[in-house]
Amino acid sequence: MPRLPTPPLPKALQPKPKRPGQNGNGNGKLAPAEVAREAGVTVVDWIDERTSLSGGLRWMLFRKVPRGINWFYTLGSATMFAFLNQAVTGVFLAMYYRPEATGGAYESMRYIVDDAFLGQFVRGMHKWGASVMVILIFLHMGRVFFFGAYKYPREMTWIIGVVLLILTLAMSFTGYLLPFDDRAYWATIVGVNINGTAPLLGPYLSDFLRAGPEFGATTLSRFYAIHMLLLPALIIALIGAHLYLVSKLGISAPPWLKPHEEPELDVAEV
Amino acid sequence: MADKDKKNLSKYTVDLNMPGAFEGETVTRRRFMNISAQGLGGIAAAAFTLPALGFAIGPVFSREPFEWQIIGKPDDFAEDVYSLRVITLVPNIGDAGLSTAYVRKRWPAVDTEPEDKYNHIIAVTSRCSHLGCPVRWVESASRFLCPCHGGIYNFRGIRIAGPPVRPLNRFYTLIHDGYVYLGPMYSVNFELRRFSNRDPGQSLDGVGQYLYPARFSTSTLPPVTNLPLPPPGIPAG
Repeated sequence: MPRLPTPPLPKALQPKPKRPGQNGNGNGKLAPAEVAREAGVTVVDWIDERTSLSGGLRWMLFRKVPRGINWFYTLGSATMFAFLNQAVTGVFLAMYYRPEATGGAYESMRYIVDDAFLGQFVRGMHKWGASVMVILIFLHMGRVFFFGAYKYPREMTWIIGVVLLILTLAMSFTGYLLPFDDRAYWATIVGVNINGTAPLLGPYLSDFLRAGPEFGATTLSRFYAIHMLLLPALIIALIGAHLYLVSKLGISAPPWLKPHEEPELDVAEV
Repeated sequence: MADKDKKNLSKYTVDLNMPGAFEGETVTRRRFMNISAQGLGGIAAAAFTLPALGFAIGPVFSREPFEWQIIGKPDDFAEDVYSLRVITLVPNIGDAGLSTAYVRKRWPAVDTEPEDKYNHIIAVTSRCSHLGCPVRWVESASRFLCPCHGGIYNFRGIRIAGPPVRPLNRFYTLIHDGYVYLGPMYSVNFELRRFSNRDPGQSLDGVGQYLYPARFSTSTLPPVTNLPLPPPGIPAG
């Protein structure tokens, strides 16, 4: 199909190379307007000269990927964004939440949902985002499994991923108690008792989780501390290791991709 | 090659012609500095890590004192009908510390376990011994029913159907000065032999009693010499 030629830019809008001294006062110094325009570049250069971060960023973001990668390869990033959503909404929920079993936890949740500005939205993002993260992490794991991406040399990435899966489920378990309504209370009773059925160490594990033989005064604050300090720190550290290994080892090609072969040339007999 | 060289080296620094070496010295100064710096770092890290860990797992090893509580008078309870009592399992945490107990008088025709001073009144917990959901006594069926996974117990609290692994827990009770006192909870196996309080889901029959050992944190029988006095509102009967 013939295309119309692009109309030429008017002369005033055409980019022109700068002439020396055009923007300055002739002694090599830049005019204030020019300095302001270059401020962003100057700041980035200042940081990069001292940290060499740009090399690492380029290594991380502009790496080569195999042919044939597709939308299934975005599930890991999707899981990480679900985690970032949990982290951000969780931090701000913590500004209103009070982990007190003696009347306080449930009331502060009620306040967040009913009264606080956008509270229902932020709490909803955290609550439903938790389910989304668990679903995504399993889909991501399924993609890695069925594409065979866990094989040599990426076993370590897989192992760290499995630990991240367990930590995510631990986050779900500890977070479930925090609204402190009847469902949260009884689900935690049942969950802790399931933990307790492990032979030999189970009874002591239950006592550790509850901080005593019964659901007591410090059980809620214990779950809260594990949920918002211990597990997030571990998850962030392991996500860092996971991403480093992904960058270092590269992404595996989809299993249906055959090694690239040069097309055979037709040799004509002369 | 390297191993061979190492073998020929003397362990004495004097023999290695090190500057400042003295007779009999075997640890080089570099090695000494390495070990002491890393050792000090380890001690410093342990100084905050170990107490913090002990702080976190301390409740596993500590035992809270258990108070006897008054749940009524002996005549309040019948032999063949359960009465429901709200009791305090954990004090000072409001509703989360409350639980319920089903209480009746010992019925010699039914209760064949040996009698002693702690079971003239029989108090059965409402906590299912499967995973801890609240069971309720259904009079028309003469059964304890659990809403979660369908555990069913008979009049004595012994499991007759469903997933629970042992009978319902019971409480020590004591009749003293005309009142019924309720003490700590204990667990029983299917022969109603007493064990210290176990969590739900932990079998006590056969190998179960060895797989699920007693915990450090559960109350043993508290002393019965200093029972709390009845509140002034309740006249002695």
